[in-house]
Amino acid sequence: MMQNNTENNGDWLFEITPKNKLFSLNLKEVWQYRDLLMLFVKRDVVTAYKQTILGPLWYLIQPLFTSVIFTLIFNNVANISTGSVPPFLFNLAGITIWNYFTACFSGTSSTFSANAGIFGKVYFPRLIMPLSVVISNLVRFGIQLFIFMVFFVYYYSQGADIGFNKYLVLFPVMVLIMGMLGLGLGMIISSMVTKYRDLKILVGFGMQLLMYISAVMYPVAYFVEKLPKYAWVVEYNPLSFVIETVRYMLLNTGVFDIGMFIYTLITTIIVLFLGIVIFNKAEKNFIDTI
Amino acid sequence: MSNIILKIENLSKQYRLGLVGTGTMGDDLKRWWANIRGKEDPFLKIGDINNRATRGTSNYIWALKDINFEVQQGEVLGIIGKNGAGKSTLLKILSKITSPTTGSIKSKGRVASLLEVGTGFHGEMTGRENIYLNGAILGMTKKEINAKLDEIIEFSGCERYIDTPVKRYSSGMTGRLAFAVAAFLEPDILIIDEVLAVGDAEFQKKAIGKMQEISKGGGRTVLFVSHNMAAVKSLCTRGIVLENGGIVYEGSQDESVEFYLSNKNKDQRKTFNLLKREDRLGSGEWKLSQIEILNKKGKIVNEVISGEPINIKLSFEIFEKLDLNKIFLGVAILDPQEQKLVSFLSDEMNLDFKFFENRNFVVLQIPNLFLRASIYSINVQLGHSTKIEDYIDTIEDVSKLHVLPGDFWNTGKVNRSGSFSIFPGRFN
Repeated sequence: MMQNNTENNGDWLFEITPKNKLFSLNLKEVWQYRDLLMLFVKRDVVTAYKQTILGPLWYLIQPLFTSVIFTLIFNNVANISTGSVPPFLFNLAGITIWNYFTACFSGTSSTFSANAGIFGKVYFPRLIMPLSVVISNLVRFGIQLFIFMVFFVYYYSQGADIGFNKYLVLFPVMVLIMGMLGLGLGMIISSMVTKYRDLKILVGFGMQLLMYISAVMYPVAYFVEKLPKYAWVVEYNPLSFVIETVRYMLLNTGVFDIGMFIYTLITTIIVLFLGIVIFNKAEKNFIDTI
Repeated sequence: MSNIILKIENLSKQYRLGLVGTGTMGDDLKRWWANIRGKEDPFLKIGDINNRATRGTSNYIWALKDINFEVQQGEVLGIIGKNGAGKSTLLKILSKITSPTTGSIKSKGRVASLLEVGTGFHGEMTGRENIYLNGAILGMTKKEINAKLDEIIEFSGCERYIDTPVKRYSSGMTGRLAFAVAAFLEPDILIIDEVLAVGDAEFQKKAIGKMQEISKGGGRTVLFVSHNMAAVKSLCTRGIVLENGGIVYEGSQDESVEFYLSNKNKDQRKTFNLLKREDRLGSGEWKLSQIEILNKKGKIVNEVISGEPINIKLSFEIFEKLDLNKIFLGVAILDPQEQKLVSFLSDEMNLDFKFFENRNFVVLQIPNLFLRASIYSINVQLGHSTKIEDYIDTIEDVSKLHVLPGDFWNTGKVNRSGSFSIFPGRFN
């Protein structure tokens, strides 16, 4: 009798109930759908610039123009010093890595609203969608990084005082941190946007504000020196740590603090975990509220 | 017991009317407060049943309420019901698109749902790329799609355009390609919602054939929602009828269809009184007061199925006594262009009207409805003779006769629609 009972209750493949356990992350299911993940990435990359004249060139135009403008405004007009590094290269480095974060963040933060059509008709682990955004943006990031390298070589041959240092081995980790931060924050926002649309508007100008406190166009040390009272805003912002570190490893300017590295790593993991938990909670019912 | 593959227990789903969402921020806070104190969601206690026609007292309604059923392995379950009965909500919960408010679903198999064909199709990508993408969205792995790619392309009939972006396809072609992908899905449990309506007649036939093959051949468990009663009858092995968010009938597919047809628009029919019709001709000693269409089981229905027996019951209001030997009754069935297709004339048939001494109705029995699926109209003519000056009461278009497609030839196939007759006969 006992045997029979366990058999009847135990061999259900899955169960649908009103509420998930808080920490059932479904990562195993995501793995089962890895083919779909890669197909979405392919779709995003292939279709991004179909029927545009310049095509992938747009990937290059945007960071280059932004860097030129930043150099004119912040370095030439406002006279922010970038030390021995050419200001244009300094800005380009910051913008390249910052762009990867914004692309991941804005891409994932509209997950639910942009995919309501698909999500309303078929089930697959919803996590696939934001993950595909983060991965397909890597392609764009790669192209922008290439352009940065072209300018790096140019300035190096002109005799500028720049060069890689040994921390370059951490570069993939930095990119991963940026992706995970964008993904985590994006998922939190996307889950809340399903109910409260106000956040969508907030995200737009929030990103602009965030850029100014993320050390994209100035060295952290410069901010600390000029505004010591508010320096913590920049210093404890994991984004500015990543940007500063990337510039450090690529251009050999600034500092690397191992304590801050651990702090950033932990923050990222917490944000990502929180993002997945909130996202998984939202995915169950969002179709009723969107 | 061990064959149950899907078990639905006390399933309910609540929605809030009016505004989108589950309520205002205030309601959210109350809910959150109740949750913190470990109490039940206060809004679950209220809520009206799902009836779109009546005005409720609460803003919350139950789209589904206490649904319980089990599905056996290999069964093809038809789910029928009026618009808004909760069919789509049920399918959405079963396919994990939204979660239930209370209750649970237990499954022993992989579920794939086809609530729409072509989900995730991207116009910029080629047919081939879309097959991979759509297949993966529906839960196939790349390996599975690779193995079936040729079959899918062949089934869709889009071979020539397979490397052309889908945005250049006609809508029919897109539909065919999408259905082709879906047709080669191989889950343990397949959930289908009215997806047969894509493509031209030829492709629809192919699609229904494929569906039959899936449901009969593979021992696959299928949940099928459709308004096409003939398709439900020929594809399903069991049926449930939903009404206002609850199950009102559970039984064989034929019984379920009959239950559904006889209950549909019940209220509307009851109030229909022919005496109120003004567009009638005749001296008016007797007046036709009611027409009822009955199916083979004697139930009043609004729709009948091609090839099945029906009875038409005509009731009269008798104002003056008439000489029963001098009565003529004619009933005609007309196609939508008002061309007479069939007529039943009492003088030809030597009908003796003596029974009118004891009752006020007559039943026209048609043992086999030789009409294809369409909407026909019925004319009734009562007179002392067939001449127009002898009319007692004549009404044109007394009632519509909705005929649904059926399996006239007993071949398991649904015969085509069309406003003309279908006749017994055979090739030899």
